[in-house]
Amino acid sequence: MPIELKMPALSPTMEEGTLAKWLVKEGDTVAAGDLLAEIETDKATMEFEAVDEGTIAKILVAEGTDEVKVGTVIALIASEGEDVGAASAPAAAAEPVAKDGGETGAGQPATPAPSPEVKGYGANPAEDKKIAAAAPTGAQPGAGDRVKASPLARRLAEQKGIDLSALQGTGPGGRIVKADIDGARPGQPRPAAAPAAAPAGAPAAAPAPVVHGVPDIPHEAVKLSNMRKTIARRLTESKQTVPHIYLTVDVQLDKLLKLRSELNAGLESRGVKLSVNDMLIKALAAALMEVPSCNVMYTGSELVTFQRADISVAVSTPTGLITPIVKDANSKALSAIATEIKELAGRAREGKLKPEEYQGGTASLSNMGMYGIKQFEAVINPPQGMIMAIGAGEKRPYVVDDSLQIATVMSATGSFDHRAIDGADGAQLMQAFKRLVENPLGMLA
Amino acid sequence: MADTYDLIVLGSGPGGYVAAIRASQLGLKTAIVEREKLGGICLNWGCIPTKALLRTSEINHYLTHASAYGLSAEKVSFDLAKIVDRSRKVAGQLNAGVKGLMKKNKVTVVEGDGALKGKGVLTVTKDGKTTELNAKHIIVATGARARDLPFAKADGKRIWTYRHAMVPSEMPSKLLVIGSGAIGVEFASFYSDMGAEVTIVEMLDRILPVEDEEVSAFVHKALTKQGMKIHVSSGVEKIETGASGVKATLKGGATEEFSHCIVAIGIVPNTENIGIEALGIETNRGHIVTDGYGRTNVEGVYAIGDVTGPPWLAHKASHEGVVCVEAIAGKKPHPFETWNIPGCTYSRPQVASVGLTEAKAKEAGHEVKTGKFPFIGNGKAIALGEAEGFIKTVFDAKTGELLGAHMVGAEVTELIQGYAIARQLETTEEDLMHTVFPHPTLSEMMHESVLDAYGRALHY
Repeated sequence: MPIELKMPALSPTMEEGTLAKWLVKEGDTVAAGDLLAEIETDKATMEFEAVDEGTIAKILVAEGTDEVKVGTVIALIASEGEDVGAASAPAAAAEPVAKDGGETGAGQPATPAPSPEVKGYGANPAEDKKIAAAAPTGAQPGAGDRVKASPLARRLAEQKGIDLSALQGTGPGGRIVKADIDGARPGQPRPAAAPAAAPAGAPAAAPAPVVHGVPDIPHEAVKLSNMRKTIARRLTESKQTVPHIYLTVDVQLDKLLKLRSELNAGLESRGVKLSVNDMLIKALAAALMEVPSCNVMYTGSELVTFQRADISVAVSTPTGLITPIVKDANSKALSAIATEIKELAGRAREGKLKPEEYQGGTASLSNMGMYGIKQFEAVINPPQGMIMAIGAGEKRPYVVDDSLQIATVMSATGSFDHRAIDGADGAQLMQAFKRLVENPLGMLA
Repeated sequence: MADTYDLIVLGSGPGGYVAAIRASQLGLKTAIVEREKLGGICLNWGCIPTKALLRTSEINHYLTHASAYGLSAEKVSFDLAKIVDRSRKVAGQLNAGVKGLMKKNKVTVVEGDGALKGKGVLTVTKDGKTTELNAKHIIVATGARARDLPFAKADGKRIWTYRHAMVPSEMPSKLLVIGSGAIGVEFASFYSDMGAEVTIVEMLDRILPVEDEEVSAFVHKALTKQGMKIHVSSGVEKIETGASGVKATLKGGATEEFSHCIVAIGIVPNTENIGIEALGIETNRGHIVTDGYGRTNVEGVYAIGDVTGPPWLAHKASHEGVVCVEAIAGKKPHPFETWNIPGCTYSRPQVASVGLTEAKAKEAGHEVKTGKFPFIGNGKAIALGEAEGFIKTVFDAKTGELLGAHMVGAEVTELIQGYAIARQLETTEEDLMHTVFPHPTLSEMMHESVLDAYGRALHY
């Protein structure tokens, strides 16, 4: 019997992914630990290792296939001595079985799978579903995330030819319920929901995404990557559900720059070079520990105050933004932060971060100083409570001891989740951050 | 300086006290005003004490039918004062429980008659003294009371309301029950099982008129078999009270004498003397008009429960209270709707239902598929010696939506929530068919009824 190689769940929440690249081809011999394929999840590209040894008998899902459900058979491995041809023969007839019990849908691989003969309701549960769902494509999410919908809503959508993924659910947790289907028209997204009797003061329901037609201008359209989709979803969620307040301070950098060159001179022999950013990470972590009311998470029912500052650092990669985390940055030496960031950012650019290396974090830091951006307001990375946006350090006329002098100054803007953090608390954090950066020895002590 | 609250709830029934607890959970400074006992009618004079009485009559029924189970019980007798006393103790225990809940949740309890004085102002009068309370939001949860027959005012001696019927000083020998809604049928069942000769008179063409027609017919037959007399499409035109009982003149002119009479012809909302007229709060047939969040036409004034209209049920009031308070606190609750409120009648046999009856479903334009499974096909029911009853389900033939479920028989009041959950989650027949029901239980009939609607029942 050939071994079925199934789409792996590379993170606890992964439901589907893109089979980005095969690293083996049919006929190759593989041993346990060999890299088989690169799989792109919502945030990272990960390598998929072989657990069994044998020969790749058949590749069932071509590289570049999107939305391959976890559990789908993607290849067959013939074990030693097994006839590769024999292994591949049944493969053609084998129907890929999804982990959740044989639901067919948009996520299925492109391989032709003969549709089962309909034997009538009750022949077996897997077929019952197919019989009940005569047109399964209509009930399945068209793209991206799982669509939450009640069984009745799914069936109604199917019967009316409505694309569930275009609807905005009004049930608990955004679940699409019957009422949402009743208000939708087939074949087109539902117009923005108008809450009939929303209580005073309650935010209006988020409007359904507007689908814009592409204007008739020469252009190139590239399909959204899973990472881009995730960025879009999370930032939209943040701006729509988290009330941001922005607090800006100007921070004099001269002492920090001086300390940095002194430290770097000392660290040269160890091959470590501190960046300003490394020091700002540490300063933010120290400030958060000093003002714990800003090191928080708003859950809807609870206000969680963290006892450690894990700083997510925004890193731009060719495919999009990702935020590797420096855990417990307050307790780490600057040299340790520098080394860690260098390594994390490097792997982030290659798309090789593990989920636990970019998921979590208690606050974020985003630095656009290297692009000469003077000042900006960043979007909070939920469920975190704040993000610090760092502008360029530049020589400015600056009043020091009542006289006009030239100083290196940067503008830093904190964005705070106003549900969890009051203005005064945010201001305290900005003060602490400014003080630590302007008197950098304080954060080393 | 008057005391100031975020929220004052007027009335502490199952709507009011639940609203107060939820408000307190959400951080609102809350007071509750009650003129009688905490817990309102439900737990002092309604749902709970009647269940205590009906438990007694149920056990009495088993004792007098002990031989059916291989037991012998001779000289079964009862002490009415003790039965009533038990029922009052049960109510008392729960009343104390609500007191404890108010304390635990830091809800200020103000005793006295409350009345709206203006926007955000409420006066409470007790023993001639009036105090003023202020609040940003005021919820009216004053409930309802029994409707009187104009020509036969209840006197507590021969003519009773539910309230008198709950604390009888003597057992009626021959009882007339006017009205066959849940309250009428429950008392009829209690007194009949305790040995009284019972007659029910109903204006409409069937008893339990809000239930599915098949359920009404089944109960009619079951009660008649127990010895009750039932007159439907009838009515009482005159009641003459004598020293030893009442003489009732029924529609058509026939007269009959009874030792006692219970009037259970519906309820009227308690909207008098609470200041709603002066504020211009809109009412419809006496009931306060509200939206899905309990808001009246006057800002800052809300209403929940019986005072807002049917269904007059404790669980409806509680749910409305929670939704109303969550909206006040700026949460985003789903607006209150009545499409999925189960109703229960604790007679013998019990009745429970949720959603549309078959007739109502057809009226609403649904093409329906119905399923029905009898108790006689269920192992547990036979073992219990309770093989009478059925479970009926009504589906939309096109979509598989469970439009309604209707049950009659032993313990069905404990079963109905299963269908309520199914409806709330919008399951279809498919999900219900794929659900595993434990054996041996009465709940298996819920499964079978669904299967039957699609021609797949296994055990009948």
